[in-house]
Amino acid sequence: MAEETPWQQALRYANRANPYPFYTELRKTPVARQPDGTYVVSTYREILALLHDPRVSSDVRRIRPGGSAAAGADQDDEAIKEVISLEPNIITSDPPEHDRDRRLLTRHFYGPQDSPHRICDLEPEIRRIVAGLLDEMRGKTRIDAVDEFAYPLPVTVISKILGVPLEDEPHFHAWIETALNALDFGPEAGSPEIQRQLEQGRRSVEDFEKFMAALIERYAEQPGTGMLSAVVHDDGREGRMSEGVLVSNALLLLFAGHETTVNLIAHSVLTLLRHPDALEKLRRRPELIVPGVEELLRFESSVQFWHTRSAVEDIEIAGTTIPKGSPIFLVYGSGNRDPDRFDNPDELDLERPDNQHLGFSQGIHYCFGAPLARLEVQIAVSEFVRRVENPRLVADPPPYRHNQIFRGPRHVLVDIDGVRD
Amino acid sequence: MTLSATLAELVRDFKANGRIVVVGASLAGLRAAETLRGEGFAGSLTIIGDEPYEPYDRPPLSKQVLKGWVPADHTQLPRFRELDADWRLGVAATGLDRATRQVRLADGEQVPFDRLLIATGTRARQWPNPAEAALDGVFSLRSRDDAARLRQALADGPSRVLVIGAGFIGSEVASICRDLDIPVTVAERGPAPLVGALGGVIGEIAAQMQRDHGVDLRCGVGVLSLEGDAGGHVRRARLSDGTTIEADVVLASLGSIRNVEWLEGAGLAAGFWGVGCDAGGRAFDINGVATDTIYVAGDVARAPHVLYEYQFLAMEHWDNAVFGAEVAAHNMVSLEPDYYPHLLLPGFWSGQFGVNIKSVGVPPFGDEIVFMQGSVEERRFAAAYGRNGRIVAAVTFDHGKWLEYYARLIEQSAPFPPPPPGWDRPDVMMPIPAQFPEPGVPTAVPDVVLTGHDPNERRAEFRPRSR
Repeated sequence: MAEETPWQQALRYANRANPYPFYTELRKTPVARQPDGTYVVSTYREILALLHDPRVSSDVRRIRPGGSAAAGADQDDEAIKEVISLEPNIITSDPPEHDRDRRLLTRHFYGPQDSPHRICDLEPEIRRIVAGLLDEMRGKTRIDAVDEFAYPLPVTVISKILGVPLEDEPHFHAWIETALNALDFGPEAGSPEIQRQLEQGRRSVEDFEKFMAALIERYAEQPGTGMLSAVVHDDGREGRMSEGVLVSNALLLLFAGHETTVNLIAHSVLTLLRHPDALEKLRRRPELIVPGVEELLRFESSVQFWHTRSAVEDIEIAGTTIPKGSPIFLVYGSGNRDPDRFDNPDELDLERPDNQHLGFSQGIHYCFGAPLARLEVQIAVSEFVRRVENPRLVADPPPYRHNQIFRGPRHVLVDIDGVRD
Repeated sequence: MTLSATLAELVRDFKANGRIVVVGASLAGLRAAETLRGEGFAGSLTIIGDEPYEPYDRPPLSKQVLKGWVPADHTQLPRFRELDADWRLGVAATGLDRATRQVRLADGEQVPFDRLLIATGTRARQWPNPAEAALDGVFSLRSRDDAARLRQALADGPSRVLVIGAGFIGSEVASICRDLDIPVTVAERGPAPLVGALGGVIGEIAAQMQRDHGVDLRCGVGVLSLEGDAGGHVRRARLSDGTTIEADVVLASLGSIRNVEWLEGAGLAAGFWGVGCDAGGRAFDINGVATDTIYVAGDVARAPHVLYEYQFLAMEHWDNAVFGAEVAAHNMVSLEPDYYPHLLLPGFWSGQFGVNIKSVGVPPFGDEIVFMQGSVEERRFAAAYGRNGRIVAAVTFDHGKWLEYYARLIEQSAPFPPPPPGWDRPDVMMPIPAQFPEPGVPTAVPDVVLTGHDPNERRAEFRPRSR
């Protein structure tokens, strides 16, 4: 068996807690062709260039892997197609459809153009939820910062925004978890265990899709509160969104609207507990939470890479030609640690100047929910820092979730002395 | 002591004890002052501005302020550091004596300097007939006070606004009028709006956009005169096509004039074109020799640009003020080989009629244009400008996120037309003439004459202007 590339090693589950040494290796070849014909881009400037290059498609249907692809390649593509069997949503489509759909969703997520206040108006409610979660920790000496803190906030908020009943959370939580476990881009993808999970993952996505289609159907008949109902009934200037596309976007918004935020809150707690100086600084100067969250986004990016892009034409970049049809993986997590862009990239600096990280990507696929994520994480992390007394990590590194793209700890156990008012 | 050690000591001493004067208290002046402090300059720092206000941001004046979203006095620029500067606001600089290194102020005071930054910017060209310009209801738009006055006039619900000149300011104001449901006529001498900046092809799109929003757009006509009522308030305008427009608010948006009069006699390469300087911001004297003590930044600066055949360009854009000021400030407290060049790819933006217009490069440098992405019909597109087979600029309508791609192509002098995108291609992707007007014949060019014969006597002089 050929030696594994740095990229393949970075993807191994054993390296989930710390893929960064492999990223350092990877960046020695900014645009690195993998045995399966995928081009992995790991340096900041090259990622940025491709994010703005109109010869790059985000539409998974346009991937045409080269003929030289290794045996594993078909399997992986199969996995992508099977797990993401849906109609295109705004992260897997190109202009002009992407632009039209994103405009429509933006209007309902943020509010109309002349009063885009819907998200910032959520601040009091987010504060209430965070306060409630911290109150619950009173009297405990050990907490799980994931299950008891990072997870409940975003899932509650996004469900409410969309109009997805919170009673259904146990279902969709399980579907998402199963689907995420099945999506593997690394050398372990062919293992019997992942293959088994792939089958479950497919079923979960189907169930999730059926659930969402039924919910949207209900809203079509009986309008309700929340964004989904509003979109169903929006004939818009540019026409109504088809049901399939709406279902696909609704799944994306519900899933991406909390999973990434969960990981960011969890990573923020973990990272601050690993950096007592930064934690102390944030305690003394709470206003640093604003640049601080940007640094945490850079330091532990919630989306490590994205996998649906491909070259529509031959693209020359960094001395390499990416042939037409080749899949392109842009590794945000590596670009954010690129020493050619960020001084001392492996150091946490809550006041880092000129911190234009890739944690929310850039270009037209820039994170749709970034303002919501910022608001949630700023409030959650600053309140955690303010109220939780003497927090100590129980295990370092903590156990990680399987998924490589949506990288985050499964649990972050923390011993605490109490919770202030 | 070695020479380099001596020079290093010089720089240290200057940073500790030097005197720097910044003339111009707007965006460029402020950012230059902040950079000076950031570079460790601890000497005395004086900032002179003719307006009584602390530095404020101008782009919102023709947009959010006029619309009534933001009061004119809520446009103050954010401060990035403590300046510990001597602010001389509300008093204009009226002269520069390079021999004694002093700036003369309107109140008669003389401010001495070791290094001077000229950041006096531009002002709005006024309606040329002073009596008509003095009528109530006749406005120009450049300063905070201008914006506050025009905002008040729009809020009073005029029966019709006449905008003279359809450049960016004129077009933005017309757009605001329509937002506020105020009838508006735009009179433009050229064939379409924005033609000088973006050419006739884009101008035609801008014209259609204005008409779709209910602007009474009249191109190819000039305004001959303005007439007032007995109370001295403007009532109507006579146009060169023989028609008359009844309007009680008139905006003269006739472009800008560079604030260089105060430099008369200073022996600098200063004139209607601005203040000539090298790409490091060092001002040229009248002979075209770089000075070591006087620097220029912002709208008033004119420097050779490597990407545009080293032609001298004045870039009257927001980011040029910021980055040009940072480079000039750095160089003011540095010596060779530590000078920075100001190698900005120019760029600007505008918001009008619900469309975000952005551009990079120098569109008028191009002679061809090709639509690259999107749809002209929907007014969402990216277009590239080319010259001699190279891409030199790009413009986007509601497609700003793609501009960075074109900026990289321009920086690399990539071929024109660029390779087509992978999706969302316009129906027609053929380069066509961009239709820029011929450069106009400049007015009031000061004649330069050469005198002297020996190298140490050979000099340029401005021939005295007739007044």
